[in-house]
Amino acid sequence: MELHDIWFVLIAVLWTGYFFLEGFDFGVGVLTRLLARDRTEKRVLINTIGPVWDGNEVWLLTAGGATFAAFPEWYATLFSGFYLPLLAILICLIIRGVAFEYRAKRPEESWQRRWETAIFWTSLIPAFLWGVAFGNIVRGVKLDADFEYVGHVWELLNPYALLGGLVTLTLFTFHGAVFTALKTVGEIRQRARTMATRVGLVTAVLAAAFLLWTQADKGDGTSLIALVAAVAALVAALAANRAGREGWSFAFSGVTIVAAVAMLFLTLFPNVMPSTLNEDWSLTVTNASSSPYTLKIMTWLAVIATPVVLLYQGWTYWVFRKRIGTQHIADPVH
Amino acid sequence: MDLALAPETLARWQFGITTVYHFLFVPLTISLAALTAGLQTAWVRTEKEKYLRATKFWGKLFLINIAMGVVTGIVQEFQFGMNWSDYSRFVGDVFGAPLAFEALIAFFFESTFIGLWIFGWDRLPKKIHLACIWMVSIGTLLSAYFILAANSWMQHPVGYRINEEKGRAELTDFWLVLTQNTTLNQVFHSFSAAFLTGGAFMAGIAAFHLMRRKHVPVMRTSLRLGLVTLAVGGLLTAISGDTLGKVMYEQQPMKMAAAEALWDGEEPAPFSVFAYGDVDEGHNKVALEIPGLLSFLAHSDFESYVPGINDTNEALQEKFGPGDYKPIVPVAYWGFRWMIGFGMASLALGVLGLWLTRKKFLLPAAYRTGEDEVPHLVLFRRPLGARLGRLYWLLTVWTMAFPLIANAWGWIFTEMGRQPWVVYGVMQTRDAVSPGASTVEVVTSLSVFTALYAALAVIEVKLLAKYVKAGPPELTESDLNPPTKVGGDPRDADKPMAFSY
Repeated sequence: MELHDIWFVLIAVLWTGYFFLEGFDFGVGVLTRLLARDRTEKRVLINTIGPVWDGNEVWLLTAGGATFAAFPEWYATLFSGFYLPLLAILICLIIRGVAFEYRAKRPEESWQRRWETAIFWTSLIPAFLWGVAFGNIVRGVKLDADFEYVGHVWELLNPYALLGGLVTLTLFTFHGAVFTALKTVGEIRQRARTMATRVGLVTAVLAAAFLLWTQADKGDGTSLIALVAAVAALVAALAANRAGREGWSFAFSGVTIVAAVAMLFLTLFPNVMPSTLNEDWSLTVTNASSSPYTLKIMTWLAVIATPVVLLYQGWTYWVFRKRIGTQHIADPVH
Repeated sequence: MDLALAPETLARWQFGITTVYHFLFVPLTISLAALTAGLQTAWVRTEKEKYLRATKFWGKLFLINIAMGVVTGIVQEFQFGMNWSDYSRFVGDVFGAPLAFEALIAFFFESTFIGLWIFGWDRLPKKIHLACIWMVSIGTLLSAYFILAANSWMQHPVGYRINEEKGRAELTDFWLVLTQNTTLNQVFHSFSAAFLTGGAFMAGIAAFHLMRRKHVPVMRTSLRLGLVTLAVGGLLTAISGDTLGKVMYEQQPMKMAAAEALWDGEEPAPFSVFAYGDVDEGHNKVALEIPGLLSFLAHSDFESYVPGINDTNEALQEKFGPGDYKPIVPVAYWGFRWMIGFGMASLALGVLGLWLTRKKFLLPAAYRTGEDEVPHLVLFRRPLGARLGRLYWLLTVWTMAFPLIANAWGWIFTEMGRQPWVVYGVMQTRDAVSPGASTVEVVTSLSVFTALYAALAVIEVKLLAKYVKAGPPELTESDLNPPTKVGGDPRDADKPMAFSY
């Protein structure tokens, strides 16, 4: 295994970390509208992710920065090619961050409602668009000999990629519902479980369709294993949720995300962005990667820093391990 | 294509707007994190309530500010790929590494511990909670360090080689990129300017309250801390500005010649106080100069030769082939002056403030004040009159804006002064843009970002004003009785959270 192969795996790990973590906080954002019955319940939901969403989002920035350093060509092609969808995601993430921080900073209801609307949409849109983006990465796009994307933005909205978007949206919402059940007390916890079952069933159908489509198109033996693991984990998560085993359910919905992302990256390898115009114009781990020297430095960084990050982020979850309910929401002092 | 709509022009405007805007929040975040951490340390050590109230007050303003810094920073991580894909392809091997370091080391630190700090008041024992804000502070400093190392490489590329076969720059010495003198000087200059900014912010707000004789104990302490930070930060900014300038005379003579509108080399060279020139003709029409000072700024003596714009342009043509290697001279010239002018004006206000509000030194005993009194503003033997006193407080309030203006012009100067290069001597800006991004796409993102940022600016400033006016909060029971165990006290399971969104 050469360094650029290791970095392919590490980039996959970073995206997996991002989807695992921000996945549930996107999901919770979507559920503020689907699950909460009143504004106090909305606040309960928002506060389940309050201390952690910002740290979760850094996984995206790290995936971006690491792709820049380890696969500059991939970084350049991906973000200049998927320009407008990425712009939409960035706009959402900007508004979303401000919405969390500023929502409770004024007592006026109109002010708070506006930010609540923002939280819903800016969670939903990126949750959908990341699936569209990864659908297109796996499927391949029109890249020319200079690795420039030459297709139109509408071509990114093809059926396969759109299905991918629905999968991430529903999967993250399911993941968020399971997380909510794990992190709340009282009536909302019960409703979160019911919601998880409903969303989970829809997710199962969509995810199975998307992953089978992927398998039929690009799959091999190993990707089939990942597919089976993803589907099995989703079923296990649903079963655990029904049985009231919330911790297990969350673990399994996490495994679903891990396995699904793993499957996408397995079908991608050794490409990082296939060209549909000419196979020779595909970006691969070899022609997109940095020099061995840079990759070596980056590997040292990853080996030393990542476990430390996992340690203190994990500690954060432990510090805020208490479940919260409507009784824990005080009117903030203005 | 019409120059105004050329992809390069649009991409540069977008980069300029998003980056200058982002940098309004960065220096405040860096300095307020450290200052808040300092105040909280004072609370933990002395248990004086005014320090906790100050921590809560400045901490809240810090959070309103860092939220904007964080979200506008996301754009920075991706816009190299969006608008500058050929740049990214060419330099990613070198430039990407510090960005990845920044994300993996600094961003995680900042973002994780800020969550712990915001929500941790009733979940963490006092000292651990205090450690969290220090972690945030360290994170902000590390983040600035790595990104300045990346920028310094664009100013003065080192530790790389050109791989002709792959058509790109490749890293050969990462340590050199992190420790070259451009990096160290830029870091020194930016850090001290950040504290100048935060000091002015704190002093200005404290002055606002003291002028009205409100929240005196907290604001008196804050004024002192703000003024000291402002003066020390300002002094270090001046010193580091001087050393960075000398480095730049070596590395980018064109930038510094443009900063002085020095068209032709002179020995000794004068410092320009005011100039109005004819850029096309290559000379100044009006010039007011201090003889010899520029030679001193460049080389620490009043005699030596400093090359001018025209000489440097010819030298660069000889080295890099035909072309125009001049930046936009008026922008460099005035940017340089606004930077120094506003920065030093705030330093002067800070030093004046320290003198006026001195506690004992050369102060008649009758005017010494207690901890809960508004300090007298004593120039020599007697306090300033009501009018002059009010004027001083008002000036201090206005000084809050000065470092922000200076910071913005500092960056505009250093980045525009490097043009036409994106990486000095290696890659020109026109070769760096994304060939694939269409005008429609770039116009869309430029307008959306500008509109969104403008709207957010209004929201943020109003929110800051609201919390500034509200003053330090009253302390609650749970503020004074922090938990002794990590995760909070298990006894009162139904107690509302000390802080919730």
